[in-house]
Amino acid sequence: MNILEVKNLHKSFDSNEVLKGVSFNMRQGEVLSVLGSSGSGKTTLLRCITSLEKANKGKIFVDGEIVFDADETKPKKPFDERKKQLNFGLVFQSFNLFPQYNVLENVELAPKLLAKERQDFKKNKQEILNEITINAKAILDRIGLTDKLYNYPCELSGGQQQRVSIARALALNPKVLFFDEPTSALDPELTGEILRVIRSLASKKITMVIVTHEIDFARNVSDRVIFMSDGVIIEEGKPQDVIDNPENERTRLFLKRLSDK
Amino acid sequence: MTMFNDAIGVLFEGFGLNCIIFSCTLLLALPLGLVITFGSMSKFAPLKWLSRTFVWIIRGTPLMLQIFVVLYAPGLLLDFPLKSRLTAVLVAFVINYAAYFSEIYRGGIESISKGQYEAGQVLGMTKAQIFFKVVLFQVVKRIMPAMSNEVITLVKDTSLARIVGVAEIIMCAERFTKQGLIWPLFSTGIYFLVFNGILTLLFGYIENKLNYYRG
Repeated sequence: MNILEVKNLHKSFDSNEVLKGVSFNMRQGEVLSVLGSSGSGKTTLLRCITSLEKANKGKIFVDGEIVFDADETKPKKPFDERKKQLNFGLVFQSFNLFPQYNVLENVELAPKLLAKERQDFKKNKQEILNEITINAKAILDRIGLTDKLYNYPCELSGGQQQRVSIARALALNPKVLFFDEPTSALDPELTGEILRVIRSLASKKITMVIVTHEIDFARNVSDRVIFMSDGVIIEEGKPQDVIDNPENERTRLFLKRLSDK
Repeated sequence: MTMFNDAIGVLFEGFGLNCIIFSCTLLLALPLGLVITFGSMSKFAPLKWLSRTFVWIIRGTPLMLQIFVVLYAPGLLLDFPLKSRLTAVLVAFVINYAAYFSEIYRGGIESISKGQYEAGQVLGMTKAQIFFKVVLFQVVKRIMPAMSNEVITLVKDTSLARIVGVAEIIMCAERFTKQGLIWPLFSTGIYFLVFNGILTLLFGYIENKLNYYRG
């Protein structure tokens, strides 16, 4: 069964149609890269799936269960809305860490707030909170930030901040983790550490969708590549096929321009 | 010498009233301002329109006039005269300062990047959690300089209470001029200076404490 199914997603901002019917499926543990020039709708696609934008048309399924239907007129309860949100994690281009919290607090905040809704929270409060801290520390350790637990985001390099934001998303155990150009705001020499982290997540079979301009990285890490242009998917397949032997003229042009840079 | 002691005693008593007006206004206007902010940032147009008109009127007319209105309007319009002049002064001050605070809050809240809200949202936080756990603290840090300005202005504005006969420090001091004593009136400045000096230090301390992070 597919862990994620996106069906015929449309999104317009006023009269500007950004997504013109995008559909794709993902299997558990698959890594999908989304390529395409700026303005092709990659980021909007991510934002629609993660409910930061509301698509005008289309459906989204997680584990075969419908989580979004644009035709559904009845507004969802906030609680259902949030439960749906927790299927997905999102790593932003600009990190969006909470500046007033240290690294550990940034990672723990959401799980702790969520734990308050558990029915056994009052009874086992200390245990639950400890568990969250242990888990957060373990994730940060895996990501190589053990020595920065009590530093504030402003004291970290861009690469470290982005690693914290990856840890923050992982702490909620999302079914699919989305990356919106995770290295675009970083100095070129810092992109490597982020790509290494993503690669290690791929080896742990975490299902990921990565919007990126790093062609070599996409070829390396992804099981499948989608190429978008003007709000539609114009090419889809194994990275070797799409990146090295593109069939579509626009894909070829895009890749050529990137390699000319 | 007894004259001197008398005068000092009277001034202290008068300044006590200034302090009461100051602290009551602060205590009530700070939260009320936040309520007005939510109104003027509301997506519900009538509420937003109402709140912004309210702020416009309150900020656009003299506080002195507002004190008169609060004191006399209930008696004239509703046949429900306010017994206590101090109450009238407090009501006018709270409303006036809440309007100013609300605009400072609004500026602070709107300066927080959309990304902070979105980060909270994708982490499954409720709107209230995002506001209170993520945004509010950052707002507090950003508005601190503007707030200290406003609070210091409030200290000095408390002397406006005299226009409806509330015997705050300057009114008390002025009585001595009729006895040929001018220094009590001039010395009231010292009370304000010292009080504001302490506030300045306090705000400096808070700003310093909040400086543990940037952004």
